[in-house]
Amino acid sequence: MKHRIKPATRKSFITYAIMIAAFIFVEILVSTGNASNMFQGLLVPFCVYSISAAALNLTVGILGELSLGQAGFMCIGAYSSAIFSVCTKDTITQAWIRFPIAMLIGGIFAALFGVLIGIPVLRLRGDYLAIVTLAFGEIIKNVFAALYVGYDSNGLHFSLTSQGDLNLAPDGKMLINGALGISGTPKDSTFVIGFIVLMISLVILYNFTNSRTGRAVMSVRDNRIAAESIGLNITKYKLITFGLTAFLGGVAGALFSHNLSALQASKFDYNLSILILVFVVLGGIGNIRGSVIAAIVLTYIPEALRKAGSNLTNYRMLIYSIILIIMMIFTSNAKIRGFFTASFMRLKGIVFKNKSAVKEGE
Amino acid sequence: MAFLDNLINGISLGSIYAVIALGYTLVYGIAKMLNFAHGDVIMVGGYVIFTAMTSMKLNAYLSVLIAILACTVLGIIIEKVAYKPLRQATSLAVLITAIGVSYFLQNMALLIFGEKPVTFTSVIDIPKITLFDGQIVIKSETTAAIVVSVLIVVGLSLFVNKTKSGRAMLAVSEDKDAAQLMGINVNRTISLTFAIGSGLAAIAGALLCSTYPVLSNTTGAMPGIKAFVAAVFGGIGSIPGAMIGGLLIGVIEILGRAYISPQLADAIVFAVLIVVLIVKPTGILGKKVNEKV
Repeated sequence: MKHRIKPATRKSFITYAIMIAAFIFVEILVSTGNASNMFQGLLVPFCVYSISAAALNLTVGILGELSLGQAGFMCIGAYSSAIFSVCTKDTITQAWIRFPIAMLIGGIFAALFGVLIGIPVLRLRGDYLAIVTLAFGEIIKNVFAALYVGYDSNGLHFSLTSQGDLNLAPDGKMLINGALGISGTPKDSTFVIGFIVLMISLVILYNFTNSRTGRAVMSVRDNRIAAESIGLNITKYKLITFGLTAFLGGVAGALFSHNLSALQASKFDYNLSILILVFVVLGGIGNIRGSVIAAIVLTYIPEALRKAGSNLTNYRMLIYSIILIIMMIFTSNAKIRGFFTASFMRLKGIVFKNKSAVKEGE
Repeated sequence: MAFLDNLINGISLGSIYAVIALGYTLVYGIAKMLNFAHGDVIMVGGYVIFTAMTSMKLNAYLSVLIAILACTVLGIIIEKVAYKPLRQATSLAVLITAIGVSYFLQNMALLIFGEKPVTFTSVIDIPKITLFDGQIVIKSETTAAIVVSVLIVVGLSLFVNKTKSGRAMLAVSEDKDAAQLMGINVNRTISLTFAIGSGLAAIAGALLCSTYPVLSNTTGAMPGIKAFVAAVFGGIGSIPGAMIGGLLIGVIEILGRAYISPQLADAIVFAVLIVVLIVKPTGILGKKVNEKV
C-alpha cells in the first residue's frame, strides 16, 4: 500500500531527522573528546534559545502578532521552577522526577501569566502590542529583581522591600534574594534533557500548527475580520497561541535556571526578548525549523568570535550587528532579493546546461 | 516641600523624555517604524559633546551645536543605509534592522570610548532659581530642560503646520502614495524627518547627560525606551501628545521612585502605560483609525 505523506508531515519529519542527526553528531563529538569546553557549555543554551525561539515563532509567525516579552515568560518559568526545585531538593532526591515537574510548573506559571496578560493586551495590534509586551517583560523583570522570598517551618514568605522584611524563623532559608536572584538551584539541566524537551516542543508546535486550531489561528492572522465573520472566536485563538508560546517560554526558562547555580532577574531584560525575536526573524517567520537553526547558529557565532582571537573579541558584537543589518536588507529588500533569485536561476541554468552537455557527450 | 522637589525633578526628567519622544513620534508618524536606534543617537550626541568639550576644549554651546550637526548627519546616514532599502518591507524587518543599528552604535561607542562610564560636565551655565527663602532650589538643568522642551514643541508645531516641508510631512504621514501623486518628494521628506528627529536626540543627549552626568555606551537605551513609552502614552504621531506623555512618564517615574519603591519605579511606569493603552488603545491624544475590510 502506498501512502502519500502530507507536505506538512514531511516537513516536520525532516526537522525531527535533522535534530536527531545533529544530536547524534554532537554526542559523538563530546564522547570522542572533540568538543571544546566552550562548545559543551553552549549545548544547554542552544536548547533553551531554540525552544524559546520556536515558541515565539508561534506568536510571531502563526498568529502574526509582534511580541517583545518572551524574556518575561522565561523569567517566570525560571524563577517558579527554581523555587520549586530548591524547596523540594531534600524531599525529592531523584533529579529525573523533580526536574520534569519543575519544568512543568515553570511552564504552567508562565502560561498562566501569558493568558492573564493576553486577555487585555491582545486587543492591541502591531507596534502597540510590541511595546506593551516589552513593557510587561520589563515589569516582570523589575518585580522579580525586587522580590525577596524565603521559607521556614511556617511556609513561604514574600517581600518586595528587603530581606529583613521577611521575618524568617531562625531555621529559614532564603530562596530569592532581590537583585542577587536565586542561588542554590540544583544543576539538573543536561544536554540530553534539553534535547528531549526541544523535541517534545517541536512535536507540540508542528502538531498545533497543522491542527484545526492552528489553521484557525492562521486565518486570524491572514484576515482578522474575515475570520471573525465566519464565526471564529478571535480572542480564544489568540489566547491559546499566546498561552502556548508563554508555556514553552517558561519551560525554556526552567531549563535555563537549572543550568546555572545562580541567576539574576536582570538577565531577562528586553535585550533577551529582542535576541529571541532576531532568531525568529532571521530563521524565517513562520518557519519553526528555521528558528531552531537560527537560534543555534546565532548563539554560536558570537561565542566563536570571542574564541577566534583577542582582536576579534572586541569587534564581535560590532560584526554581529553588521551581519544583522546586512541580512535584513538582503532578505527583505525586493530588488536585492530579486537580483539574487535571478542570478541563482541563471546559475542553475548553467549547471543544468552543463549536465545535459555531459549527457550528450556520453 | 519634599513633594514639590520631587515634582520638579519629575518635570525636569519628563521634559527630557518629551524631547526624545518628539523624535520617536515624528519618525513613527511618517516612516511608520519603531526606530529602536533613536535612544542610541542620544548617546552618540552625548559623546560628541563630551569629546568636543574635553579633548578639543570647545565652548559648551558650540559643542552642543556640533553634536546637533553630527547627529543630524548620522540620522540621515542611518536612514539612507539601513532603512531606505526596506521601505517596502514588513514592519518586523525594519524593526530588526533598527535593532541592528542600535547594537552597531552601542558597540561602536564601546570600541571608541571603552567600557568605563565617563563623567559628563554640564553644558548649562544659567543661574539656579531659589524660591521660598531657599526651601526650593530649581537647578539650572531643570530650567533649561523645561524651557528647551517647550521651545521645541512650539517650534515643531509651527514648523509642521505652517511651512511647506512640514505640511509635506503631514501629507506623507497621512498617505504616502497620495502624497507622492501630489508631487511631494517622499524620500526627501522621510530623510528630513530623520534629520530633525536625530537633531532633537542630540539636544536630548545634552540635557540628559547634564542632568544625570554619567555617560556610557548604554546611556541612551533605557531613556529611549521610556521616551517611546511616553510617545505611545500621549498618542503616537501627535506632537503635543509626546510632550504630555513625556511629562507624565517623568513625573510618575520620579514620584514612584520616591514614594513607592526605588526598584519598582520602572515597573510602575510600564504598568501605567499598559493601563492607558487598555483604556484608550491609541494613547491620550491619538487618532482613532477605523479598519476597513
